[in-house]
Amino acid sequence: MNAVAEFFRNLYEATGLNFTVFYDPYDRDRYLRGVWTTIYLSVVSIGLSIVIGGVGAWLQGSPVALLRRLVNGFVVVFRNTPPLVQIFFFYFGLGTLLPASFDASGLRQPLLNNVQWAIISLSLFAGAFNVEIFRSGIEAVPRTTVEAAEALGYTRLGAYLFIVLPLALRVCLPSLNNNLVNLLKTTTLAYAIAVPETLYAMKQIWSESQNVPEMMSVLLATYIALVGLLVWIMHRWERALAIPGYGR
Amino acid sequence: MSAAAPTWTAERPIVELHDVHKSFGTVEVLRGVSFSMMKGEVICVIGPSGSGKSTLIRCINALVPINRGSIRVEGQEVNDPALDKLALRRKVGMVFQQYNLFPHKTALQNIMMAPLHVLKQDRREVEERARLLIRKVRLDGKEDSYPGELSGGQQQRVAIARSLAMRPQVMLFDEVTAALDPETVKEVLNTIRELAEEGMTCILVTHEMGFAREIAGHIYFTDRGVIVEHGPPAEFFASPKDERTRQFLSQIL
Ligand SMILES: Nc1ncnc2c1ncn2[C@@H]1O[C@H](COP(=O)(O)OP(=O)(O)OP(=O)(O)O)[C@@H](O)[C@H]1O
Ligand SMILES: [Mg+2]
Repeated sequence: MNAVAEFFRNLYEATGLNFTVFYDPYDRDRYLRGVWTTIYLSVVSIGLSIVIGGVGAWLQGSPVALLRRLVNGFVVVFRNTPPLVQIFFFYFGLGTLLPASFDASGLRQPLLNNVQWAIISLSLFAGAFNVEIFRSGIEAVPRTTVEAAEALGYTRLGAYLFIVLPLALRVCLPSLNNNLVNLLKTTTLAYAIAVPETLYAMKQIWSESQNVPEMMSVLLATYIALVGLLVWIMHRWERALAIPGYGR
Repeated sequence: MSAAAPTWTAERPIVELHDVHKSFGTVEVLRGVSFSMMKGEVICVIGPSGSGKSTLIRCINALVPINRGSIRVEGQEVNDPALDKLALRRKVGMVFQQYNLFPHKTALQNIMMAPLHVLKQDRREVEERARLLIRKVRLDGKEDSYPGELSGGQQQRVAIARSLAMRPQVMLFDEVTAALDPETVKEVLNTIRELAEEGMTCILVTHEMGFAREIAGHIYFTDRGVIVEHGPPAEFFASPKDERTRQFLSQIL
């Protein structure tokens, strides 16, 4: 670690290229916390958005027309509005309507903080896309396979959980992959409500140290690495789910 | 409220259809079908394509709801809004033309799934039974193969074992050999023959006339949604009375 810091301090002195995040402990700390916050936002939102997708797609097949219409409405609203507007809607719109408490010094303590609102907003945004993605996968599962499950006594939910969803997932994994990469990139929008994720941390660092080009390149490299990691994990998952002798 | 089903005893028919009607939209597919069979009997349903054979047997396990009439399995009325579908489907196993195995599970898992998920039976006991069933359908060694790695005939035998794992009282077979190569048809027919010999109650829709003649106690010929003619195979094949039956048999034999 010291050698790295030494290298970048020398680099700065020799060339003027100022990578503070690699030698200044304070900036490094801010940067790493930012990356950690991005990972945290991504992992939690990915998990929740997959659950939303699975539940939404299930409700879309419900015999109750009202439920189907509610899900369709949700999908339309969250797919067809800008994610930044959604974040503002939740944080500045809903956030101020919800009851809040006041601490000892009389400061307003909202029920949910900005990180929580970012997670809710991002999960719903990506979840709406996941509903459609899962639905396309479900449509690819042959009706006759579901019928075989019914004939064995499976309920609609049982057939969905044990047969339809596992098969649908395999079909829609490539589009799910795309959407989750998109979600990871969209976490930068949490910047707008002061969530200290990577972009926010970098902005603070370059404002103070006047090293925009250097920090910008670190920022881009960071996202390339994070997206690369996600894609690698998704491919591992895809391979783990591959069925011998199935398809092609 | 439906009256409590009278306790069924083996002196009464195990499957009983009375004046069953079924339409899809304006198309009348079943136009008053009645028959009954006793436990341990084997019947074959034959008839031209589109005559309603598949619809008929799919009504028996409530995959298709009927419009009018009555279907009773062990005395339980199938055409009842308050029908306990699980109770019915435990009693009635079904095997399809296209096997319809679950492609993401191995042969053994396919057989074990429903007893585990639906009946919530003990895993060890279920696995033991599944291994016996694999042996029964002569697929020892294929336990861990996925459906995509098996031949059509092998898949169909897994499908039969999967259905048997629920310990049904009645088995429905809907043209289960129609999608198979001639060489593999025999493996599947042998499995069904053994089942029938052990006393399983079977309803088979089939185009295999030789097999029907050999295995069935009674043959039903359907055309345009009604049973046109029926009888024991010897009689049925030797001297069909109805013109439509004669025509069908002359085409197929
Ligand atoms: N779900 C459905 N919706 C509408 N029509 C249907 C449906 N299922 C079957 N039919 C129609 O009902 C008629 C009888 O079909 P069925 O599958 O029972 O015939 P089948 O005797 O089994 O024919 P095959 O020998 O070709 O299998 C056909 O005209 C078919 O088009
Ligand atoms: Mg048919």
